[in-house]
Amino acid sequence: MSTPGNITPAQAGFDFAAWFKDFFGIKFDKLLGSLGDTLYMLGWGLIIGAAVGFLLALVLVMCRRGGLWQNRVAYGIVNVYVNIVRSMPFIITLVFVFPLTKVIVGKTYGSTAMLVPLVIYISPYLARLMENSLLEVSPGIIEAAQAMGATTWQIIARFMLPEALSSMVLALTTGTVGLLGATAMAGYVGGGGVGDLALTYGYQRYNLPLLILTIVILVVFVQLLQLLGNRVSARLRSHR
Amino acid sequence: MIHVEHAVKTFAGGQQAVHALRDVSLHVAQGDIYGIVGFSGAGKSTLLRLVNGLEKPDSGTVTVAGQELGKLNKRELLKLRRKIGMVFQQFNLLEGKTVFHNVALPLELAGMKKEEIRKRVREVLAFVELEEKQDAYVSQLSGGQKQRVGIARALATSPDILLCDEATSALDPQTTEAILRLLQKVNREMGVTILLITHQMQVIQMICNKVAVMEEGKVVEEGSVLEVFGTPRAEVTRRFVRTVINDRIPEKFLAVVRAEQRNQQVELLKFIGDQVQEPLIAQLCRTEGLEVNILGATIQEMQGSVMSVFILQLIGEEALVAAAEKKIDAAGALRERLVWDA
Repeated sequence: MSTPGNITPAQAGFDFAAWFKDFFGIKFDKLLGSLGDTLYMLGWGLIIGAAVGFLLALVLVMCRRGGLWQNRVAYGIVNVYVNIVRSMPFIITLVFVFPLTKVIVGKTYGSTAMLVPLVIYISPYLARLMENSLLEVSPGIIEAAQAMGATTWQIIARFMLPEALSSMVLALTTGTVGLLGATAMAGYVGGGGVGDLALTYGYQRYNLPLLILTIVILVVFVQLLQLLGNRVSARLRSHR
Repeated sequence: MIHVEHAVKTFAGGQQAVHALRDVSLHVAQGDIYGIVGFSGAGKSTLLRLVNGLEKPDSGTVTVAGQELGKLNKRELLKLRRKIGMVFQQFNLLEGKTVFHNVALPLELAGMKKEEIRKRVREVLAFVELEEKQDAYVSQLSGGQKQRVGIARALATSPDILLCDEATSALDPQTTEAILRLLQKVNREMGVTILLITHQMQVIQMICNKVAVMEEGKVVEEGSVLEVFGTPRAEVTRRFVRTVINDRIPEKFLAVVRAEQRNQQVELLKFIGDQVQEPLIAQLCRTEGLEVNILGATIQEMQGSVMSVFILQLIGEEALVAAAEKKIDAAGALRERLVWDA
């Protein structure tokens, strides 16, 4: 009973959006939005977390005994801080830092607010991983750098970083996978994202297809991430 | 060029302190190839690192090119280090980078312009005969080539002094010789003063003009290479010299010596260069009643000179042997009696 110029979706062929809503119980746009939230938290969490983590790692490497800035106090403080944060489960950290989140972001929900606990959680983890990478740099290389009159910053930027880069990329990859797990929890508490989707819409509504879809998405994502990390690392290492 | 005065350095160890240097003094003149030899743990590595300030003495002074290191501030020290090249046993190159990148690094650190860096890198690579490897990655090179890159890197900033930390200890004998020849070329053609540490006496013999022997944090003997090889005094020096010059009765001839019933002496003779003009051994042989038996003879080249070493068995009456010894001493040969177990 259709009139010309008024074509129903069914007549236009396969309607993906309708099928998706029907099969998974949510709109496709909702999934895209959740993916966006996850990538937002993951991306910024990684960038800020890696920056903070690198600074912590630098203190751990440079201030340790025999380091170029040997300083027991600075090393001790950072070392203990890293251990404390790393021994706390993320869900505890998350609620524990709510007051801080409130001060920094102004609210305790939403993807941006979740960046505060995510960075606090992931930076010590990345710091440990990067510390190990930096410690792998042969002391001989550093001695050679000193002997040619390099300043401490030149030693870090021109010798330690390039030498540790390949190993640090792998460390970052490992850290990113850990961060992804944390974003799921953060999302559930109030940040949105794929994890939130799986728990709220998939688990609590007994929506098995959606639950499975989110798992598949996460598995594929982690696989791709690891592949990328391995590739980049191998490329950086290819000439050794 | 380099003056170390009464340097003392102690490292705090776990159970007990390690006395790396106990009142060590060292004087290296411009143009020297000065070798420090010692077993591992003798303190030579610490002594070498005093010269570019990688180690600081607990007491004593280090003066390099007229500048006392202890009085320099950080910036002045970094500046001085650019005038002191250093070469390492394990090369310490950036393995994942190209030869060019490695040699250019010290120049970049010094803030040289790109164009000039390119030119200078090419120059030093030509000097070490690795021009064609400029774009190769260090990991693709052989040990000898890596050390050439290490030397090129050390020479890039046109240093006045080159410090070599067991530069040839990781290399096979042939490559060792090639690298030593290269160091000699650096010394002769660029006028670079070289201070090297090694546990191989062959290295000292081949290129050094002066040598210091270290043991337990002390310099136990020093002097020109010919002096030290000719008349080693300390036991440790004798052990080192023995690795190059045999100063014992050859095993095979011990039986001959033991079986001899007549009065005898076994003498080690060293002739340096042409300082002994007369045909000494021929004259000894012509001595009535004296039997001369040559148990061993070698020739060593060192410091542009030649050292001939003989082990002679002198058989005859006591007075005749004593006269022969006198004659040897008078002729100017270095002589010492060798002992053996009966």
